[in-house]
Amino acid sequence: MTTLEIPATDAATDNLAALESEAIHIFREVAGEFDRPVILFSGGKDSTLLLHLAIKAFWPAPVPFPLLHVDTGHNFDEVIAFRDQVVEKHGLRLIVANVQDWIDDGRLAERPDGTRNPLQTQPLLDTITEHKFDAVFGGGRRDEERARAKERIFSLRNAFGQWDPRRQRPELWNLYNGRHRPGEHVRVFPLSNWTEADVWNYIARENVELPSIYYAHRRKVYRRDGMWLTEGPWGGPRDGEEVKDLTVRYRTVGDGSCTGAVESDAGTVQDVIAEVLASRLTERGATRADDRLSEAAMEDRKREGYF
Amino acid sequence: MSSLLRLATAGSVDDGKSTLVGRLLYDTKSVLADQLDAVTRASVDRGLSTPDLSLLVDGLRSEREQGITIDVAYRYFATPKRSFVLADTPGHVQYTRNTVTGASTSQLAILLVDARKGVIEQTRRHAAVLALLGVPRLVLAVNKIDLVDYDEETFAVIAKEFTDHATSLGYAPGSVLSIPVSALVGDNVVDRSDRTPWYEGPTLLDHLENVPAAPDPHDAAFRFPVQYVIRPRTPEYPDYRGYAGQVAAGTVRRGDQVVVLPAGLRTTVERIDTADGVLDEAAAGVSVTLLLADDFDISRGDVISAAADAPVPTDELAATVAWLSEKPLKAGARVLVKHGTRTVQAFVEELSSRFDEQKLSTVDAPGSLELNEIGQVRIRTAEPLPVDDYAVNRRTGSFLVIDAGDGATLAAGLVGAPLPVLRADRDVVSPGP
Repeated sequence: MTTLEIPATDAATDNLAALESEAIHIFREVAGEFDRPVILFSGGKDSTLLLHLAIKAFWPAPVPFPLLHVDTGHNFDEVIAFRDQVVEKHGLRLIVANVQDWIDDGRLAERPDGTRNPLQTQPLLDTITEHKFDAVFGGGRRDEERARAKERIFSLRNAFGQWDPRRQRPELWNLYNGRHRPGEHVRVFPLSNWTEADVWNYIARENVELPSIYYAHRRKVYRRDGMWLTEGPWGGPRDGEEVKDLTVRYRTVGDGSCTGAVESDAGTVQDVIAEVLASRLTERGATRADDRLSEAAMEDRKREGYF
Repeated sequence: MSSLLRLATAGSVDDGKSTLVGRLLYDTKSVLADQLDAVTRASVDRGLSTPDLSLLVDGLRSEREQGITIDVAYRYFATPKRSFVLADTPGHVQYTRNTVTGASTSQLAILLVDARKGVIEQTRRHAAVLALLGVPRLVLAVNKIDLVDYDEETFAVIAKEFTDHATSLGYAPGSVLSIPVSALVGDNVVDRSDRTPWYEGPTLLDHLENVPAAPDPHDAAFRFPVQYVIRPRTPEYPDYRGYAGQVAAGTVRRGDQVVVLPAGLRTTVERIDTADGVLDEAAAGVSVTLLLADDFDISRGDVISAAADAPVPTDELAATVAWLSEKPLKAGARVLVKHGTRTVQAFVEELSSRFDEQKLSTVDAPGSLELNEIGQVRIRTAEPLPVDDYAVNRRTGSFLVIDAGDGATLAAGLVGAPLPVLRADRDVVSPGP
């Protein structure tokens, strides 16, 4: 039985329509109940989808929230250019928290392994506090990882931004409880019930534009920890790491030090969908080194305040 | 047939729920190679010779340490016939609130029992909770059938006892199915087992693929809680005033007569807007923006309702609550009630009765309701709410009870006359041999 095959029938269309209506409902609940929401936006496919849904939820009015990007300084140029272009096109307000600023003034120290992904937590929490954000939208999906499968759609964080899986509120029917005390905030995940296949099918249906690196292109890459990494300010290639010129694409887009490319000829959305459906690896398993640090890497980072 | 089935699992600790869910994912090939590698590695670390499929779903550190499921987890799998959203809920007594969470949106629930133990108190309690929350269909997975030598008689006794119990809770016999399975070995989960030749019913997956999904209440009266008022005030849309929300029940069409509650203002639906264009009609579950013929002052919390069949707003709720907090409920408690998009102050006037899931009977005038207890209450609200009976509509008949101080969700509330399962005057059917 081929089970990852989503039937191209009315059934699949209905499923996407239901997911879209649910996400729009979630956006509007937050707009109605919170004072200062913000959308986490990195320019990656999940946050681009998040923004697309927000625009639909409030049309013909503008999106009533700003965007926040925690920039590790290790991002792909194509993605930063895409980010700025999207902000400009929709007349949005973008707040950027540069991890480099935290390193420069000593609030954070560079890690020995050079990866900056875990360093995002403090700039994120500091910026939430500084702007008094009370609801923070993220593009997290429950199909991504075991700890994320436990996440509520409305996830209360304490004043330290921490997630306590044992103290989550029950989430009943579609009645979301956004009450929080001063200093606390709520993380909101409108894409909770989407799978990677849903995301790509919806991107195809809605013609959502993405950064070019999601599609096959030639790139000079080197092998590290079983992944194809690209050259960049994160330090590589090191001695003995051979650079190859390959046709690759990215399944996820994050910090360049830990996000790997996959060899792929998928140059269009339809090619990508075919490839995703046939893949025997999850997107994180294939290309995210940060999830491999321990059996509970994601849970531990979420407890610290990461998404 | 609906493309999506929402389901929940329930059962006692160690009945093998996580293993069953892991088996469903594994045998439908919904587990990808890296996930399986991770589980295989973790199993070897624990000294096991075969992959422990429960590790696929027990995602939290403390769950893996203790080998139990603590919190509800959502799983996604699909076959060519259907997509599934599965709420895997813990069986531990102190986590019954998660069973309520999983069941509130489910169209079907799979209850597990251990074939060696049969129907136990926790099974009865879970079935009662599922009945209370109106989960339309039940499956009893009689697990570990391999450990009773695939004995037909053992299965038949358990199946009969459970069906009798479910029937006494109000389930029609046709909405309950028992299946002999071994989650560990894989009998009758996805693949039919030749070790149970006496079993003629479907495998678990066959049943899940073919069971009718509960119909959305499309033929119910139209209900639309206003979530947000869209007023662009842009040069292009200077006078636009739209009421954004999700249709909670029924269907709305252009030109329909509606009434805005609680104020009771009557008007007509002039347009149904979405970012993708104008619709002629919108049914339950669809998020839209309504434009009305008259320029009334309508805001978040109001309910736009079919004029011909509108609820009468009330500030006296007779309701059932499933108490989900460690802090017990006592008469006189001041709380918040969230119904639809409206949150109001409220006061619990009376605890009328408490349900005893084991005896399937009610205890009158209890002094308090403790964590995981279910009871009848009378609540007075500061403002009238346009509620429906939960038995008629899960969406417009449900509410949250919220702690006004720390914002915690205290209870799941179900409006209306007690469901048959909780009625004191009902005939109590003996729950089996």
